[in-house]
Amino acid sequence: MSGHVSPVSLYITIFLALMVLTVVTVGAAFVDLGQFNFLVAMIIAGFKASLVIWYFMHVKYASKLTKLTVATGVFFLAILLGLLLIDYASKGFTSMPMPLS
Amino acid sequence: MLIGSSLTMAMAVRGAQTNKRAATVNWLILTMILGTVFLGVKVIEYADKFEHHHVPGYNFQWAAAHEAPAAGGEHAAPAAEGAAAEPHRELALNGDQLQLTTQIYFSLYFTMTGLHALHMIIGIGIMLVITWMAWKGKFDAEYYTPVEMAGLYWHFVDIVWIFLFPLLYLVERHT
Repeated sequence: MSGHVSPVSLYITIFLALMVLTVVTVGAAFVDLGQFNFLVAMIIAGFKASLVIWYFMHVKYASKLTKLTVATGVFFLAILLGLLLIDYASKGFTSMPMPLS
Repeated sequence: MLIGSSLTMAMAVRGAQTNKRAATVNWLILTMILGTVFLGVKVIEYADKFEHHHVPGYNFQWAAAHEAPAAGGEHAAPAAEGAAAEPHRELALNGDQLQLTTQIYFSLYFTMTGLHALHMIIGIGIMLVITWMAWKGKFDAEYYTPVEMAGLYWHFVDIVWIFLFPLLYLVERHT
């Protein structure tokens, strides 16, 4: 296994981008966007995660099979989180007794 | 701290890829140091939570819940302080309810950060072995798979934190 060797400058750039995005995340959290705060935070986090996966984890230079495997993982994670959120979002549909009225 | 340690980890893999044994070992050690500092901060954080009775369970105590008007049997008394601080939303939780709901948050907080910290401790353990192997000169540009794998694991732990950080530390901060 002798993979692609990324230049140091690329790693530094990605690191700086991640740091900047962290600051942006913190900054965005203090702005009142209503329910969109959560969405913005998750989009930024998703982008940061993509940078790490793509460059630090070398998926960019990996085979198509590896990329497919990564995509499969993300896909199933989305299914699991989706089902979880369906359950969470539908909690109020029934009039079950709850500690909070 | 963790993003920095991801950088040093990537540099360690690069060191192995380019036949630089000393560089690999040094970057791995630096990665472990950054990881340990992160865990140290976590320990301070946890100690602080214990101090303030923010650990869910018998001794859990949320200060705001006691500043709020005493609820007693009636669940009508709203937390005046909370409502005044956040006029645009209806926060009509009394002390007991605040006590309950904040406990849910701290349960999630401790489960998720605790599990993450456990993964980091495992990661540092893996890295100790990898560092030792790299020190013995077991890796070169032809064979560095274990370093790469340890790196993948470390990056994964970093990614989890990228999501946990806004979820646990920045929720509802704007209010």
